[in-house]
Amino acid sequence: MPASNPAVALPADAASLPGYRVTLGVDRPMRLDSGAELGPFQVAYQTYGTLNADRSNAVLVCHALTGDHYVLDRHPVTGKPGWWEMLVGPGRPVDTDRYFVICSNVIGGCMGSTGPKEVDPATSQPYGLGFPVITIGDMVRAQKLLIEHLGIEKLFCVIGGSMGGMQVLQWAVAYPESVFAAVPIATAARHSAQNIAFHEVGRQAIMADPDWRGGNYLLEDTRPHRGLAVARMAAHITYLSEPALHRKFGRNLQNRQSVTYGFDADFQVESYLRHQGITFVERFDANSYLYITRAMDYFDLAADHGGGTLSNAFRVDGRGTPVRFCLASFTSDWLFPTPESRAIVHALNAVAANVSFVEIRTDKGHDAFLLDEPEFHQVIRGFLEGCAEHRGLTARRQPR
Amino acid sequence: MSPPLDDVSAPRAGAGNGAVGGIRFDLKLIADMVEPGSRVLDVGCGDGALLAYLARHKGVDGRGIELSMDGVHRCVTQGLPVIQGDAETDLKDYPAEAFDYVILSQTLQAMREPRTVLQSLTRIGRRAIVSVPNFGYWRIRLQLLLTGRMPVTEKLGYQWWETPNIHFCTIKDLVSLTEEMGLTIERCLIVNRAGRITGHAHSGFANLLGEQGVFLLRRT
Repeated sequence: MPASNPAVALPADAASLPGYRVTLGVDRPMRLDSGAELGPFQVAYQTYGTLNADRSNAVLVCHALTGDHYVLDRHPVTGKPGWWEMLVGPGRPVDTDRYFVICSNVIGGCMGSTGPKEVDPATSQPYGLGFPVITIGDMVRAQKLLIEHLGIEKLFCVIGGSMGGMQVLQWAVAYPESVFAAVPIATAARHSAQNIAFHEVGRQAIMADPDWRGGNYLLEDTRPHRGLAVARMAAHITYLSEPALHRKFGRNLQNRQSVTYGFDADFQVESYLRHQGITFVERFDANSYLYITRAMDYFDLAADHGGGTLSNAFRVDGRGTPVRFCLASFTSDWLFPTPESRAIVHALNAVAANVSFVEIRTDKGHDAFLLDEPEFHQVIRGFLEGCAEHRGLTARRQPR
Repeated sequence: MSPPLDDVSAPRAGAGNGAVGGIRFDLKLIADMVEPGSRVLDVGCGDGALLAYLARHKGVDGRGIELSMDGVHRCVTQGLPVIQGDAETDLKDYPAEAFDYVILSQTLQAMREPRTVLQSLTRIGRRAIVSVPNFGYWRIRLQLLLTGRMPVTEKLGYQWWETPNIHFCTIKDLVSLTEEMGLTIERCLIVNRAGRITGHAHSGFANLLGEQGVFLLRRT
């Protein structure tokens, strides 16, 4: 179990982080799905590449549950490479020589955008549980304000995996006129009962940690590191697959010849998970974890936008959505299995939308969307190139 | 989705033999039936050769469904809007008359329920273009007659126990099914490897000499 270390302050002090930060909702607070209002609030973001003269080459990348806007940068806290360097960058499928890539930290997050660990201007204290419950719709609403702030009327593409994919779907449904192409990856139009259940385990682990202090740990100078680490350990299992775990660890023992007849980390897989838990707490806020998992749980596109029928969510003025879709799922992903993507494809077919859908063979589970999956990358590249042609975007400025 | 048909007139992509304007002879026949600028759904679009041709030469707004993952990868990688799916389960989702043409090339005989599929095609599309191999072709008849064994031809090169083609028909059979279903044959082309035989589906010659038929159908 990772040791609790109350002395450690959260390292991600928003003001010291690299990247941009903008204050939004100043004139008018943003109305949230819950009915609460938020504003003014901050959105931290990064950009890569150059916006073209007619502002038609912008790609919005949406990050997953524990992601952030450091798509290509070395992470300011962990020092690890950007989380989507495989897919985004110069000469990559989402080519920063060609597209202007934007990624923002979601509201409710903990890497610079307003969330429970930031200071509430009304009280001059951290929001904690006083932060309003936010939804995927609210995250996207904030992103829309950011895009408007950047002077971009229509995004060439919105792309993201997992919770990022939910945001992509939300964008396409809420602002179809502002999105040319949408790429929801390894995601679903609603969070399944099983996934809500896993999230609840994580939240209960956090709230069961005495150092959580009813959400007031920042004021009381403690950190629910043990609870957050357990939450991460449980969640991390869902990102992998049984074959991948077996391939990586099997029943191998950790630096020992035989089992110890105790509860030390005898097995490599235990040691690995403990490591995942310990390193996660260095970069993530426990209350943010509560808020963002809740936002995913609440996500239900059909209920919120289709009167219970998903295809209705993809109707625009009585016609099928004009947005071009490319969906991808992974064979070994049991968190967002292929049938979830297929349900979206069927709904898009029902309005005769322009949709591509590919299932990628891999044993790497849900995390495959972040990893080196050449077939997946070829598909994204091909789809975007086709869309760029239709959008009238010229080829890359210079061949590399 | 299309089961591979080993046919001199239907070479694999890349082969020069029989390819017309960069696509297979039988696909070219289908392409010629499509009005420029129309909306097309290609069911069992394979590697996307027809969709790519229609987009390039006819300015068609095309979509595809393909069962094989490899086919889908090849299509989407070229920027063609294609989904991985099964015609027999996925066609029901589409609204009526969503497309000007729905194409089913050399695949009807591999369907579990060809009649239901035909119904879907003509519901989703204002018109359907269906091409089928003709089991009444004289070489096939002769082989069965002389050898007493299930015919294996260049074009239909499977043994009986391995073939994906589970619902063979003759041109005559298809014509009678369309009549039963109240479909109108607007155009038809009966061809063999040497070229066009006739445009009359009802002709006995067609059923004997035609190796395959291409039908332009619509609901009456």
